[in-house]
Amino acid sequence: MTTTAPFGARLDDVVVHFGRSHRVLQNGTMVRDEASTALDGASLTIRPGAITGVLGRNGAGKTTMLSLLAAFTRPTSGSVLVGPEGAQEDPWENPWITSGTQLVRESGDLMTDEKVSTSLRYYADMRPSWSAETAERLLDLFEVDVRKKPSALSRGKRSAVGASIGLATRAPLTIFDEVYLGMDAPTRYAFYDELLADYAEHPRTILLSSHLVEEVERLFEDVVVIDRGRVLLAEPADEMRARGFSLTGTKDAVERIAGGRRVLHRQQLGATVQVTLEGALEDTERAAAREAGVEVGSVPVQDLFVRLTGSGNVPS
Amino acid sequence: MFDGPEPIYIQIAQMIRAQVLAGELKEEEQVMSTTQFATTFRINPATAQKAFAGLVEEGVLYKRRGLGMFVAPQARERLLADHRKRYFEEVLAPALQQADILGIPTEDVVAYVLGADKKKTEES
Repeated sequence: MTTTAPFGARLDDVVVHFGRSHRVLQNGTMVRDEASTALDGASLTIRPGAITGVLGRNGAGKTTMLSLLAAFTRPTSGSVLVGPEGAQEDPWENPWITSGTQLVRESGDLMTDEKVSTSLRYYADMRPSWSAETAERLLDLFEVDVRKKPSALSRGKRSAVGASIGLATRAPLTIFDEVYLGMDAPTRYAFYDELLADYAEHPRTILLSSHLVEEVERLFEDVVVIDRGRVLLAEPADEMRARGFSLTGTKDAVERIAGGRRVLHRQQLGATVQVTLEGALEDTERAAAREAGVEVGSVPVQDLFVRLTGSGNVPS
Repeated sequence: MFDGPEPIYIQIAQMIRAQVLAGELKEEEQVMSTTQFATTFRINPATAQKAFAGLVEEGVLYKRRGLGMFVAPQARERLLADHRKRYFEEVLAPALQQADILGIPTEDVVAYVLGADKKKTEES
């Protein structure tokens, strides 16, 4: 069955343990090995039809979460639902769902012992929505020789093949898990441009995990931040940007306008102070800042991300 | 591009308003499509969409079914009227306040304004 409506997804209190996670102590009690807990009670809703950025530090649980959605992994407990609005199902061993889900990882997800062209034929057969024309154009753009085996390609070229497959699949749920690794800057920007152009013409649900936050934040409509196996926040990107702001000016004026807000960061240069604060300014405060010659600035999502995930604080 | 403190969609709307005010975008002229906007500035198409929706509501743009977004007739006049009103609150009031802090008498400010006005008339 061919499904073209964009997929949404829902995680409910999902826990994932890897490996032998139980140890029995000498007194007979069983304990769980914390190091093997990849997700620890993650709940989340992915909006169908949006580009969602999945951000998190290394080891936060991003890849595990994305693998769950693509049915590459099963949760230890909790539920995972994927599918079009109103018809979401458990993706595990569910071809109706998995045929509409494409996960692309850094490796490019290619058959290791076959030429790239063989992997491409496989995807073309597997994917009802496959666009051969798009695949050809992108591989040409990224200058990939499809007669080679993946091992004969550079890391960057392998990633570019994965990115091309991900876009050409046009799956109702397309997931790029740090696919940019190994790509040089011009290739990454070419990928972002192609992603936006193809998404605008063929709207679908796209998840993109990255820690090059600065480069990709404007691509996102929604943002999910994962930290230590939990979902720290999931909201529209504009709302995340509005979680903080910066003030620059003389110490007294900045402190007066800052009021009692929590200071995320502080920098002093001579008589000038710059503080990054949590929250937003009221219109009257904004006017007061203008009068006092205090400059109000935005905080890059990258900085908010670093500060939110840096000290283990959970925003309200 | 678009790295001010406001949300990106507000900055996009401001840019389009400024282009209409400056006459770079003429009335009845077509503006870039959401897709063109998204790929040109490398932003999410929904962000551009949100900016356009706001401008349609303000009467700066209007949509022609199947063709795209166009600058509304009278868009420039409407924006001029709006900006003229805000000029006094947002530009002149703070400037006068600053003059007050610096101890510049109101007569001097008025004299300067009249002088600048006279010079402008002579030049034209």
